[in-house]
Amino acid sequence: MVTSAIWPKLDYSRVPYRFYHDPAIYQLEQERIFRGTTWSLIGLEAEIPNPGDFRTSYIGEVPIVFNRDGAGEIKAFVNLCSHRGAIVRREVSGNATDHTCIYHQWCFAHDGSLLGVPFRRGVNGKGGYDDKTFDPAERGLRKVRIGSVFGVLFGTLSDEAEPLERYLGDAILGFLKRIFDKPVQVLGYHRQRIRGNWKGFAVNPRDNYHAGLLHDFFRIFGLDRPTQAGGATMDARHRHCVTWGRAGSDTDEFAREQYGRGDGLELAEPAIVDFRQERSDDLNLAIVSIFPNCVVAQIANSFATRQIRARGPDYYEIFQTILGYADDSPDMTRHRLRQANLVGPAGLVSMEDGEACEIQHRATKGLSNDPRAAEFLELGGGGELGDRDYRVTDVTVRGFWSYYAEMLGIEPEGALR
Amino acid sequence: MTADLLDAFALLAEYGALADAGDYSEWLGLFGQRCSYYVIPKENDDRGLPAALIFCDSRAMLEDRILSLRAANKYNIHVDRHLIGLPRIVSSTPDSLSVEAPFAIYQSEQEGDTRLFAAGLYRDRLERTSGGLKISEKKIVLDSFAIPSLLATPL
Repeated sequence: MVTSAIWPKLDYSRVPYRFYHDPAIYQLEQERIFRGTTWSLIGLEAEIPNPGDFRTSYIGEVPIVFNRDGAGEIKAFVNLCSHRGAIVRREVSGNATDHTCIYHQWCFAHDGSLLGVPFRRGVNGKGGYDDKTFDPAERGLRKVRIGSVFGVLFGTLSDEAEPLERYLGDAILGFLKRIFDKPVQVLGYHRQRIRGNWKGFAVNPRDNYHAGLLHDFFRIFGLDRPTQAGGATMDARHRHCVTWGRAGSDTDEFAREQYGRGDGLELAEPAIVDFRQERSDDLNLAIVSIFPNCVVAQIANSFATRQIRARGPDYYEIFQTILGYADDSPDMTRHRLRQANLVGPAGLVSMEDGEACEIQHRATKGLSNDPRAAEFLELGGGGELGDRDYRVTDVTVRGFWSYYAEMLGIEPEGALR
Repeated sequence: MTADLLDAFALLAEYGALADAGDYSEWLGLFGQRCSYYVIPKENDDRGLPAALIFCDSRAMLEDRILSLRAANKYNIHVDRHLIGLPRIVSSTPDSLSVEAPFAIYQSEQEGDTRLFAAGLYRDRLERTSGGLKISEKKIVLDSFAIPSLLATPL
């Protein structure tokens, strides 16, 4: 049983390794975070443009379907048959007028309501359901509340979750609007399975200074470095954050000085690190992390959503949707496809995350029941949570754990929020 | 067996051996001066979605991949083993051959596990040159829906 006594510090600057390994904590997360009052990224409106289009997705480990009904309205339901619990819609995506479970042919509408069942009247007057106890209106699929901001779809299994816009807050909405300021098109998917705990990846992009250290490509070829101007912007509750950097705001010389080394390497095809400014600001890096499972990442001209799909305490999938804008020229699409080399499981500036998260998970397992064994998060100082105008800080990671503790019901008395 | 098929066999065998040995300079030498190299999930390819895991539409980009692998990237310490299946010639012209071959790649990690890392199909265009067959396009269609851990060393 995990309690608030697990936290060594009230500012979440120490995170016991137990959080990454304990199966009981994992089950509690599924119940109180993923099936609790949070909103999870499920997909994009652009993935289901036409009536009848559907996609399967997840909220925590709960399989769901989101789709458009005949009128074009977006609906979502838990993808688990109300008869015997089988997956109803097995395909990842497609177009359908209804959804029928293969096991016993229960048939459901786009909103999950039950349309029909076989043998309702039995066979030759024998068997069948009793009209006094069988009400089709009560036997539909569990509905999922959905919300859309600028075409990005979130879902929640909780009736008590606050409205999506309020959950995100103005700062996060502003950054989402900045990226999704015009219609997008899906260029494809990157999927990756990590032998680690989902939270290891959830906090990875919140840590703004690892990129210029772990991902040497960034530093060597000058695309993104902590020596650039940048910072961290959070919502009022400090559960979400944006880490950002400004293009060309440092010099190679300054970076060499700060790092204490240089490499003298050059790319044969430097277009891969070219940043074409697309809007009034000059941010070439903006990583939006939304509690619990969502990342929206702009790195130069590549941009994508990442959905973290937990699969037990020791395994998760990163489901990444690579995007462009619907009005991109063929040349711009090619530029984005080239820059997609930067991200995903084979990403020149992201493959290291897979290794970093795995070696962290492997090493901490042996100390997962030692209450003194904990992560150390004090870069930029401990204490108060809030925005920073620099990049070398752990404050955004501490914000994650603060809200995590609240959701799990293990927030210590006097802890920072 | 035709001479073309025999040459394709030899090239694929060389390709796998050089990749497994980590001899990427020699491995690059199997490609023509104008070449492309793509690793694309079957999931995307089947739907006509263009995003690839690795997208090198020029030799310069492929060279940069190898430069990055050597100078910048950090990845799981492992050994690759390519098992390349029987190739078939899909089409043939006086200048080039289109060849397909199934493959599987095992990764062995120093912790002691060997796992099936990737399975899929090579869809190669090979050009006839005075120095023999060279790869002008290699499109690797990955059956695996998700990459285990990460993808660093060439498939």
